[in-house]
Amino acid sequence: MRRVLQIISAAGLAMVIVPAFLVFAGRIPWRTHADLMLAGTVLWFVTAPFWMGMSGKKGKG
Amino acid sequence: MGKKQSSAIIQRLDSLYEFDREPVSDRKLQGASNFIGIYAGEHVAGTEFVIGPLFVAHGVSAPDLIWGLLIGNLLAVLSWAFLAAPIAVRSRLNLYWHLRKIVGPYLLFIYNIVNALMFCFLAGAMISVAATAVGLPFHMRMPELNDMLPNSIGWIVTVLVVGGVVTGIAILGFERMSRFSKIAAPWMFLVFVAAAVSVLPTLGVSGPGDFWQVAKEKIWTGVPLAGQSKFTFWHVMFFAWFCNMAMHIGMADMTLLRYAKKWQYGFLSAFGMYLGHFTAWIASGILCAAAAGSVAPGPIAYLGAGIAGAVCVVVAGWTTSNPTLYRAGLALQTATPDWKRWKVTLAAGAVTTLAALFPALMMKLLDFVALYGLILMPMGAVIFADFWLLPKLGLERNFAEKKKVLFSIPAALAWGVTLAFAFALPLEIFFKGLPGWIAAVLIFTAASYVQQRSFRGAGKEVEA
Repeated sequence: MRRVLQIISAAGLAMVIVPAFLVFAGRIPWRTHADLMLAGTVLWFVTAPFWMGMSGKKGKG
Repeated sequence: MGKKQSSAIIQRLDSLYEFDREPVSDRKLQGASNFIGIYAGEHVAGTEFVIGPLFVAHGVSAPDLIWGLLIGNLLAVLSWAFLAAPIAVRSRLNLYWHLRKIVGPYLLFIYNIVNALMFCFLAGAMISVAATAVGLPFHMRMPELNDMLPNSIGWIVTVLVVGGVVTGIAILGFERMSRFSKIAAPWMFLVFVAAAVSVLPTLGVSGPGDFWQVAKEKIWTGVPLAGQSKFTFWHVMFFAWFCNMAMHIGMADMTLLRYAKKWQYGFLSAFGMYLGHFTAWIASGILCAAAAGSVAPGPIAYLGAGIAGAVCVVVAGWTTSNPTLYRAGLALQTATPDWKRWKVTLAAGAVTTLAALFPALMMKLLDFVALYGLILMPMGAVIFADFWLLPKLGLERNFAEKKKVLFSIPAALAWGVTLAFAFALPLEIFFKGLPGWIAAVLIFTAASYVQQRSFRGAGKEVEA
């Protein structure tokens, strides 16, 4: 399950970054890139909390 | 201040840090990957959305920007590696307890309060950043580069709402928010890059080969916007070096680096510098140019990444302001007898939100960040001199602790005189840090020499 979630999270991050390069290359319009970024953002935040555990404690002072 | 009241303050101050009192044990040391994550996460934050555009506004040329950032960030990494990390791994104490041994609890109390106020203003700038994105759907009038005062009712309402929510979360759920910021960090960095790449065609970049030409002619043109001073290579280099001066030269990151297995982990700060203070600053500069010089973070992020960009600005502002506000509340708690933590954080949040109403805080962020580092830097110089120089001169380290001195005159002189000297220097604020650090080291060393000699002369031989 953890592996599946990690794959979905990675796909979410890919949807955030890859479309920008497709806009740059003239392959997709800007609007599609913005929509895909939003979808990728949702995927990332829905899945990452389940496997990105807190390790260690950091105090600043 | 009465003696009884003073000792109550010291007790409260100590109790806040009680759980951190002992040096970090070997089994709590952390590996390199933790430090990579922390540095990369901390330095891709809300401030990055403002700093990149301000470089554009100040007319930095493209070569000056690239070389200034490369060299300035390298100097910052070296400062972490050679100044903060070696002392942190030997002392294994956080800044609070290490500094207490040198400067005494009373001076440390003052330092804590100053630090807290600086934190409030920094958090305020981040609330302003988030407000520029929250106000987008309401067509709020955005603050402009030369706006110092609130420019509309919409701005005031938005800032008050954002400030209220940030303060509420700082009171209710700091731990959860802290976890959320770690999750947000990799996404946030990619949003910066993606937003910048997607607007490059609108600036006339049709392939990688065009970028440098467009960068020189349309982004970092070397011509400042109206009313802005001209920045050179030296401004960029010193800003990149000193914008985290409180953390490396000022030694605040001893608190983090005391968990490092070896001092060389200080070099891992490079992940924060070159992802955040190089790539993200360049990305937000590109966005500013694409937005025809607008510097309001919300609109420029929306221009590059749509709703995800606006969300990123809110998250970036939020995740930076929240822990900052929490730390301010922690520090201020020492000065507020019998106040619960929530009440102190609420007061800090109110100050922070009021500060955020003034766009000047965001638009003058470069100056504020430089000032913040400069004000806290002398205590880092005191730690440096105490650790490395005093033993070489036959003087004692941690003199305040050994002689039960409550207020170290040498450290107070080093702090006060250095700041007076630095402010008197006929230099822009970005250039005052280096001569200031040298002055602080010299003043503390000389005053410690006089102090310790006078103790010996009075027959109060310093214990071995």
